[in-house]
Amino acid sequence: MKATALIKTGATTPSIRASRFTLPSSVDQIMAEERAASFTRRSIKTSAKLAGLKMVVSMMDLTTLEGKDTPGKIAYLCRKALQPADPKYKVPPCAAVCVYPNMVKYARKFLGENSPVHVASVATGFPSGQFPLPTRLNEVCRAVADGADEIDMVINRCAFLAGDHAKMFDEIAAIKEACGPAHLKVILETGELVTYDNVRLASEIAMQAGADFIKTSTGKVSPAATMPVTLVMLEAIRDHFFATGIRIGMKPAGGIRNSKQALHYLVMVKETLGDDWLTPDLFRFGASTLLNDVLMQIAKTVDGNYQGADYFSLP
Amino acid sequence: MKTKLKPVKLSAKRAVVASAQAVVPLNNRRLTFGNKWDYAPAPEESKNYLIPPRHELFINGKFVAPHSGKHFDTINPATEDKLTEIALGDETDVDHAVKAARRAYEKVWSKMPGRERGKYLYRIARIIQEKSRELAVLESMDGGKPIKETRDVDLPIVAAHFFYHAGWADKLPYAFPGRNPRPLGVVGQIIPWNFPLLMAAWKIAPALACGNTVVIKPSKTTSLTLVRLAQIFQEAELPEGVVNVVTGVGETGTAIVKHPDVNKIAFTGSTEIGKQLAQMIVGTDKRITLELGGKAANIVFDDAPIDQAIEGIVAGIYFNMGHVCCAGSRLLVQENIFPQVVRKLRDRIQTLRIGNPLDKNTDIGAINNKPQLEKIRELVQSGADEGAEVVQTSCTLPARGYWYPPTFLTGVTASHRVAQEEIFGPVLSVMTFRTPEEAVERANNTPYGLSAGVWTDKGSKIFKIVNKLRAGVVWANTYNKFDPTSPFGGYKESGFGREGGIQGLAAYCRLD
Amino acid sequence: MNRLDVKKTYKLYIGGKFPRSESGRYLPAKSPAGEHLDNFAHASRKDFRDAVVAARAAVDGWGKATAYNRGQILYRAAEMLQNRAGELVAEIARSTGAGAAKAKREVTLAIDRLVHFAGWTDKYQQVFGSVNPVATSHFDFTTPEPTGVVVVLAPDEPSLLALVSLAAPVILSGNTAIIVASEKFPLPAATFAEILATSDLPGGVVNILTGKRAELVSHIAGHMDVNAIVDGTGDAGLSAKLQAGTAINLKRYTKRPLAAADWFTGKVEDPYWILDTVEMKTAWHPIGV
Repeated sequence: MKATALIKTGATTPSIRASRFTLPSSVDQIMAEERAASFTRRSIKTSAKLAGLKMVVSMMDLTTLEGKDTPGKIAYLCRKALQPADPKYKVPPCAAVCVYPNMVKYARKFLGENSPVHVASVATGFPSGQFPLPTRLNEVCRAVADGADEIDMVINRCAFLAGDHAKMFDEIAAIKEACGPAHLKVILETGELVTYDNVRLASEIAMQAGADFIKTSTGKVSPAATMPVTLVMLEAIRDHFFATGIRIGMKPAGGIRNSKQALHYLVMVKETLGDDWLTPDLFRFGASTLLNDVLMQIAKTVDGNYQGADYFSLP
Repeated sequence: MKTKLKPVKLSAKRAVVASAQAVVPLNNRRLTFGNKWDYAPAPEESKNYLIPPRHELFINGKFVAPHSGKHFDTINPATEDKLTEIALGDETDVDHAVKAARRAYEKVWSKMPGRERGKYLYRIARIIQEKSRELAVLESMDGGKPIKETRDVDLPIVAAHFFYHAGWADKLPYAFPGRNPRPLGVVGQIIPWNFPLLMAAWKIAPALACGNTVVIKPSKTTSLTLVRLAQIFQEAELPEGVVNVVTGVGETGTAIVKHPDVNKIAFTGSTEIGKQLAQMIVGTDKRITLELGGKAANIVFDDAPIDQAIEGIVAGIYFNMGHVCCAGSRLLVQENIFPQVVRKLRDRIQTLRIGNPLDKNTDIGAINNKPQLEKIRELVQSGADEGAEVVQTSCTLPARGYWYPPTFLTGVTASHRVAQEEIFGPVLSVMTFRTPEEAVERANNTPYGLSAGVWTDKGSKIFKIVNKLRAGVVWANTYNKFDPTSPFGGYKESGFGREGGIQGLAAYCRLD
Repeated sequence: MNRLDVKKTYKLYIGGKFPRSESGRYLPAKSPAGEHLDNFAHASRKDFRDAVVAARAAVDGWGKATAYNRGQILYRAAEMLQNRAGELVAEIARSTGAGAAKAKREVTLAIDRLVHFAGWTDKYQQVFGSVNPVATSHFDFTTPEPTGVVVVLAPDEPSLLALVSLAAPVILSGNTAIIVASEKFPLPAATFAEILATSDLPGGVVNILTGKRAELVSHIAGHMDVNAIVDGTGDAGLSAKLQAGTAINLKRYTKRPLAAADWFTGKVEDPYWILDTVEMKTAWHPIGV
């Protein structure tokens, strides 16, 4: 479908505030932060730790999003995602690699057609999104054509913060259509939305507009993912499931630097949405340096000694 | 720009992803809190803290054997194993303790400038901080409380109470403008089993800061940490007799209350016993403060941030197994959000972990003692008999020890026993209301008046409800928050007198 | 062969670090008998400027720390000072010629004063704040808040005790401070900076400058990013220049010209000094459903 055709048809806009008679959900900052902090006091040891760490690897979208990315760099990334560590540790491959649109074809070439590692592409004027809609849609079409299984789009923060929720909704719907068979992750850029109320509202709009996943951040703005922001989004997903019967996935990205933090996120998912969401189909980590920290922790749990960076390949 | 789209082959995983997005029919929508990724045991290291086989009374700065020579066992309620033996203090021991306290008061403590008294309290606070982990482990073992709570809540607030009150010792005239505050003399203090060390801090710190000396008796099922605190007093070089710890049973406490040379009594415990103590001091000049039971209403309006309100409900009743005088044991939920709230509550309690209090992942520990467990069972049964629906988590309870799962009852009305009597366990009674006026009316419709909770996003409503609730502590959009600067105490049959803050100092001073 | 001592260099304390003066200047500290003791940094107006920048950067974090936390840090400073009391006693004695007993009395009082003010951090709000019974249906409260960046000028003596007595009531409420130390006896102040640096006090909350007050006074008075001045110099000429700061940008100016002996008395432990550098914030909210 041509990009221009997509704009014309567009999607119809239901009322964002689902009905005139229900209030938008609000979030109490202090209590939400307390609840998020409570997950960090869970102590994950021994067998649970090893299982958790392997699950983290299987959920990772191994990412490189730099102006200086080249096919050579993509090759390193893909190989690392396919085989993160020495086979003796029995570490599963990552869920996906996440790259810029121009790099998709190289990733597809290095991974092949039937790889367990998906190719995810950022698109829609990543990271700012401040570009005309036709070019944003075109990026999506081309990335999918080049072989992307997944598209990570950014919402139009200008529209959201200026109060034009309908526009934000319509754009997401159009981009979802442009994705075709590829699945769509919608990046809210929570660091720019700032308040939890905004994050909750943006989550609800994105899910209603057709997101398969909602994602915290581009990783280019600080703060990126945090525990409380992720909690608010998980709660929005929970209410959406009970209202519609659809399970939407969640991806925190950026700011998760070590294994301990990653395990806290898994605890939060398990205790907020339950066992059904503990799968790469519904939960991903957007990260790059996190992977080797997790691998070092796996090695420590298996071998019994603290590890050094020299023994783990760089993506 | 023309884009040629090649047909994209759906990789194997696509089909799985597609099914993840399939629409689940309305009656099948549920969350699964099961065994996928079970947490492994994460026990707190307790081998380092050896418990000696026997403990004595602490009188006049030394550990001394009880007059009767008798000791009684104290157990770990999670395992029913004996932990150690505690001295059984009697009238004679109480008399020795009061005499020691009087001597210390006259010869040392009342003569000491406030600044120096304060420095003792600062020392004690610092040592408590240093020994925090050990004290938390002992508190968990003796009382059944989860280590997560003793470590993260009880102990930090214990240290904070000593810190705060240390600073008042040389500043009392500023707390009472126009008055010259002076100490009362010897104070007798009796504390309960639900927050042993915390209640000790709430009692001892202000008493000493104001220049009094103390005779204190812990509950018979939780004496261990107060005896350990006495060791800390020794380490801080607190002058002999300033604090005396007389462990024992109910009669020991009565002996303290009745002793003629005690100037003031402070008691935290049940309303029933509180009334008995009030009777005992009739006709004397003794002053008394009482911090008794409660049946707090936790009110949730439809404009509350719901997910956070659920956290507040859970914190309000399941914290410390509901062994909390100010527990939010009656949930008053606005009728139009009742189904939503119940569904979320049901899901939320499934993630509460019950088990070994020393496991760092345990949320709900053991019930402190057998009589309390039986009372909880009896009251929940009454609720079922009277027609309420009982909802409990589906967890396996350990074979030994005293356990009760997190529970709530729906379909409860004001006339049910579970809506009126204090259960003092992890049991919540859920009732509905339609308007703010009704919520306030029902919240106040109880002889108790210790605390209450209000959940709404609307600021003006918060202040209005706070004004109208007849409760000594009102939490708005939060629950079970304690701070040494913030006065705590009840209205009506929840007692009188305040602990903490400037108002809390008044009980320990002469202001005439 | 005799062992050679390693001599100490006394530097400024700015932003949690110990830099030399950007001007490169230094001054000799001499004993009352004229004997050379050590050199110390001679702060310039640019050092003062940098100290204000550091203090301003630290205001947010220090103001957000809980009152409890601020009290703990002041108490820790007392612990550190007690632990190094001997060193400070020697420093005061050799600088001022005071006998050991008098120097010890000064240090002991400084320790107790820190403890005393540590205890005010979480109480002055209850004493000086209020809930106001307005005649309309509003919840109305008044609470003191720190004013921001405060310049504190210490008198020449007692060089340690006066500095501590002036600084504590200023920082306990959440203000950050630039302290201009005693001009005649700067070494005890420079050493006290090290004690603060090891007391978990965040960098920039207290900054200590040594040198010549007269050089700095007009820059202090004129600085547009300083919120208040607490003037303990006891020097009429300097005070006049500092007080003019109020006319420039409404700096709050307080004069505390105590005689040297007065600093040793209890009248200096006065919580009303806290009010010199706080602002009263009143807020209203309707009561109603």
